[in-house]
Amino acid sequence: MQREPLSFSCLSKGGMDFMHGVFDIVGPVMIGPSSSHTAGAVRLGLMARQVLGEEPVKAEIFLHGSFAQTYRGHGTDKALVAGILGFAPDDERIREALEIATRRGVKYRFEPVQLEQAHPNTAILALTGASGRVVRVRGSSVGGGNILVTNIDGYEVELTGAYPALITIHRDRPGVITQVTQVLSRYEVNIAFMRVSRKNRGETAMMIMELDDIPADEVIEECREVCDVENAFSIPPIG
Amino acid sequence: MIDFHTVGELIRLAEEKDVPVHEIVIAREMHDAQRSRQSLLDEMTKNWEVMQAAVERGIENEEHSLSGLTGGDAQRLYASAGKGWLGAHVLQAAAYAVGVSEVNAVMGRIVACPTAGSCGILPAALYAARAQRHVSDAAVVDALFTAAGIGMVIDRNASIAGAEGGCQAECGTAAGMAAAALVELAGGTPPAIGNACALAIKNLLGLACDPVAGLVEVPCVKRNGFCTVHAMLAADMSLAGVTSVIPVDDVIEAMASIGRMMPHALKETAKGGLAATAAGKALAARIYPSHG
Repeated sequence: MQREPLSFSCLSKGGMDFMHGVFDIVGPVMIGPSSSHTAGAVRLGLMARQVLGEEPVKAEIFLHGSFAQTYRGHGTDKALVAGILGFAPDDERIREALEIATRRGVKYRFEPVQLEQAHPNTAILALTGASGRVVRVRGSSVGGGNILVTNIDGYEVELTGAYPALITIHRDRPGVITQVTQVLSRYEVNIAFMRVSRKNRGETAMMIMELDDIPADEVIEECREVCDVENAFSIPPIG
Repeated sequence: MIDFHTVGELIRLAEEKDVPVHEIVIAREMHDAQRSRQSLLDEMTKNWEVMQAAVERGIENEEHSLSGLTGGDAQRLYASAGKGWLGAHVLQAAAYAVGVSEVNAVMGRIVACPTAGSCGILPAALYAARAQRHVSDAAVVDALFTAAGIGMVIDRNASIAGAEGGCQAECGTAAGMAAAALVELAGGTPPAIGNACALAIKNLLGLACDPVAGLVEVPCVKRNGFCTVHAMLAADMSLAGVTSVIPVDDVIEAMASIGRMMPHALKETAKGGLAATAAGKALAARIYPSHG
């Protein structure tokens, strides 16, 4: 594992000295019935929406493990769609999310799948946006409403939604990472966690940086202008 | 900097500084989260408002859950308050807890405290206490910090997840938190708060998490009612001077150790206990016909 992140401390214990805060214990405010199967599922949907970066028109959702078995009873289907529609985990419209999606012309479909070595509460969300853009986000609800996104469009990632993130898609060449991080440095944006992933050497790579502050638009613009960067976008932390 | 890792330390700090337990919890949170006292009080007040709304919706709830397993019992219980062996306000408290859990089961808004499965216990105990003793909302909000402090320690030293420690970790923790809050509201001393917590948890040790069809409904919804009354009794015992022979932090350690020994089938997997009974399996097959 590349890091011993704060994100994992929410999974169970991040070591004996770790203590959750007051509002992790008396809170969060959420829509029931289950923090992992409902609240966490909303956050997975929200994260996929953020990665898409535009209004979705179609969602194909693949459910694995406990998600596949109990999604109707826990309202996991409604929760995932609610997140895709942009609802927060405490939004009372979650229970009507499927009807709202239909009214808004957002098509959705659920399919149980069996994934190798996946967390029991894992979903793959394949979203199509109004522009025709397609993204595929895989993530798990890891307990207490916390999530871990593990794959975006085939790239291995680790994203919790706890921090604002900056993602770049770039050519796998020396110096690209330095140039992107120099942009962040110039704007005094601090990187909390960082991970680079590629499919094949010299081809396209994805870099994910979790930041201490939400990057301004000009930071994203400048990252896009770096030579060999195909795209750069930010994902705000999700509630 | 004020910090604590055990209930014993939390109580000792309150005694040393001669302040209520909630002041220690607030001071720690102010430092840890770098937030002002007012912002913490504001957020907790909002949570208390959500709790009250859930109680009030719960006792009028007639709706059944998606699975059809639960719904309408809070209303039934509330209507019978005063007619049973228990006093009216005790039955009302149980009805509040069942009601909040029913709201959770119908995809309503609740506060996880510490979890969604145990979300009725703490709000119900405090809602009933406010009505019975006419305590202020500000005092209830303070008591919620005391409850949170207890929960934080249990989370750190044992677990608050059914999947990790069985239901003792969820409803057991919630009962311990509620008992502590009730003692503070009654003006009990810091040691009496820890003692009530010990009494409440001790008598829920070993509780399995074996929900039918894996849903947060059976036995969870009614268990929230039982555990609220349980917490009230633990608080009253402690206020009467009854002490737990085993100190609170040892009880929490026992909870952790029992959780580790507990088989996987009794930790939220729906593979043992009530979920594995003939009736439990038949219900699961009815709810999920495709997985029969």
